[in-house]
Amino acid sequence: MRRTIAVASLLVAAFLTSALCLDELTFYVRSEPKTFNPALVSDDASETVRYLTGGVLLRLNRGTQSLEPELATAWKVSPDGRTITFTLRKGVYFSDGTPFTALDVTYTMEQLMNPALHSPTGDAFRSGAGKVSTAVLAPDKVSITFPAPVAGLDKLFDQVAIVSSQSPKRELAVLGPYYMSDYKPGSYVYLQKNPYYWKHDAAGRQLPHIDALKLEIQANRDIELMKFTRNEIQLINTMDADNFDRLARSSPEKVRDVGPSLDSEQVWFNQTANAPIPAYKLEWFKSRNFRRAISSAINREDLCKVVYDGHAQPALGPVSPANRFWFNAHLKPLRLDQNAAVQLLQQDGFQLSGSKLRDRAGHLVEFSIVTNAGNRSRERMATMIQQDLRSIGITVNIVTLDFPSLIQRISETFNYESALLGFVNVELDPNEQMNVWLSSSDEHQWNPRQKTPGTEWEAEIDRLMRAQASAMDDPTRKRYFDRVQEIVADQLPFIYLVNKDALVGVSPLLEGVKPVVLRPQTYWNIERLSFAAERPGNAR
Amino acid sequence: MRGLRTTALTVAAVLLIASLAGSLFARFDYIRQDRQHVAAGPSAAHWLGTDDLGRDRLARLLHGTRVSLLLAPAAAALSMLLALVFGAAPGFCGRFPERAAKTAIDLFLSVPWLFLLLMVRAMLPLNTSPAASVTITFLVLGILGWAAPARILLARAQSLRQSDFILLARSTGISHRQLVCRHVIPNLRPVLVAQFWISVPVFVLAEANLSILGLGVAEPMPSLGSMLRELESVLSFRGDLCRFAALVMLIVIVSSLQIVADQPEVY
Repeated sequence: MRRTIAVASLLVAAFLTSALCLDELTFYVRSEPKTFNPALVSDDASETVRYLTGGVLLRLNRGTQSLEPELATAWKVSPDGRTITFTLRKGVYFSDGTPFTALDVTYTMEQLMNPALHSPTGDAFRSGAGKVSTAVLAPDKVSITFPAPVAGLDKLFDQVAIVSSQSPKRELAVLGPYYMSDYKPGSYVYLQKNPYYWKHDAAGRQLPHIDALKLEIQANRDIELMKFTRNEIQLINTMDADNFDRLARSSPEKVRDVGPSLDSEQVWFNQTANAPIPAYKLEWFKSRNFRRAISSAINREDLCKVVYDGHAQPALGPVSPANRFWFNAHLKPLRLDQNAAVQLLQQDGFQLSGSKLRDRAGHLVEFSIVTNAGNRSRERMATMIQQDLRSIGITVNIVTLDFPSLIQRISETFNYESALLGFVNVELDPNEQMNVWLSSSDEHQWNPRQKTPGTEWEAEIDRLMRAQASAMDDPTRKRYFDRVQEIVADQLPFIYLVNKDALVGVSPLLEGVKPVVLRPQTYWNIERLSFAAERPGNAR
Repeated sequence: MRGLRTTALTVAAVLLIASLAGSLFARFDYIRQDRQHVAAGPSAAHWLGTDDLGRDRLARLLHGTRVSLLLAPAAAALSMLLALVFGAAPGFCGRFPERAAKTAIDLFLSVPWLFLLLMVRAMLPLNTSPAASVTITFLVLGILGWAAPARILLARAQSLRQSDFILLARSTGISHRQLVCRHVIPNLRPVLVAQFWISVPVFVLAEANLSILGLGVAEPMPSLGSMLRELESVLSFRGDLCRFAALVMLIVIVSSLQIVADQPEVY
């Protein structure tokens, strides 16, 4: 009896010791995850949980920006771009021990394409009318056929987390490195190491190295920064330039500027035909020379230096240089040249009268820029643009509006003259920008919902975007999209200002972190992260 | 107490004079951006340093104080005028107008004023100059700020209507105009003046609130509220103490006006 008690005590002690020694990585998500169903993910926090828990057939390596095999060991897209065939990895199990089979892939696709589910991930695959069919060709081989060609089909599977068709835990049984073990609404999501995860490191040890992740829900960036400086959290995925510099002064080893991100900031003029703005202003805004003059008069270097403390690069066009494959490297930089700006304006009949610019009908050149209230970077940029344009005689009025009012003006009433806003690009593929470039689209901000393209260059962009979407090989698609970028750089419907740098915070206690510009910047290789062998006790 | 009042009045007067003569103190235009010296500390050229866009903080502080000290009393005066019309007048006229005014005032007070301000601000024309925008902001504050003083004036007018000396005056056959000019307005004046001085700091703070939300005075015009945005991040507290200049100025102005407001009989 005594021996039994002693053994039990030892076991309990061993369990407690191991529990206390759990490697636990903590970082913040900015909002409550709206769903844990991977098919329904549409917000950042849910996407974070899906990335950390979901097993995918193919994964876009955020470092190399190339596609790599995961649950599929091989894949092949048919020449017509409608069918993709996967060879599946054998001996893989879900986090609850249920085996992974071809039926799970079939089930996942059925869920994604179920019209009743309205899956945002599934929407990316909807290329045409008709049903998506799946066929199990062998126990480890499955093919999926779409009713119409899908450009960049294989890359879309980076977002498709496979769910089990047999597990009683349904979507909570996962194939990724972690599974969700606890969730306290408004407080945290707790993820623990998946005991059945299939990956091993070079030494043969099962991955991931870190036992548990605590995703605390916290929107306040100041609190995030304070906790990070105290080592209570170990990662910050995105930081603004002010906080970055503040941290860089006190703990330079904790921050990294990864270079230009995919996000851009831009100004555009309202060219909507029925906009409630004076006709002569609409005429200015539709003039290529006017838009190019404004672009030439803006000092982008100063915007980067003053507003972003140097943590931004002057933007060249619609694609950031961070998007290595799709960026058109032949685009010329948009340089500051106020003399060229004045010459362009003179070509359109604008004349300086004293210190003020007037159009050929004698109207004073004055317009407003709307932006969202509370965004300090945009307000500062608008104020700097105001001063830059004053030097060529243009008066700019800055109007900051609460976000709902702003969206109503730029999307519904079109009662605005120009806007300064940003695009957050998550995906690399140009198909993600289809809604921006097609003239019939709601998101074609400068002149949306056109029945037929209003200008020749917009018609050409429409044609090129459709052509790239139906082409099956990437070099051909890139040729088309390069031309789109050239047209945009020439016509400047969007006057691109800056590409913000990706600024991250990484605790020196962590090893294996290789920050990149693509999301999730710091933990894209989560399974390979580990804590340094020697670290202070308060780091956990 | 008299010493405190005198000090408060002196401080307010000095600030007003300093802000009106701001260009004599500051060597730079408040809109000039020196992008080579952004967020610089105090120097011989920039006594209070520069802001995040390299603009002279002293010039902006003086101009912002001028904006707040001139427009807040103007807005308060407008508010008092509306309070007289919609509060005191119905209160003195009789039961039905009094009830109607009370209902209207209660309705107005129940409206969340901040959201109303945001809505009104969003409906303004886009192409308004910064000077017009700041005037409109205070005008809107004045128009929306009448209800609370109106309630107090209404109560005072109601008690005057029922007072013995008004009944006596009426019984002598005095004209309505004489009654209002000789007896009502002089008796309402202390309440009116007190409400005026209470409203001034309230409007200064309301503009500051709007500016902190980015919805107040348009760039590049400074106001005390827009300058307070330099303190937006709690971590900004480190280092540059000149960032607190607008906060110190706001505290001094509001405190001075509150002290004056507490003792309206000095006028």
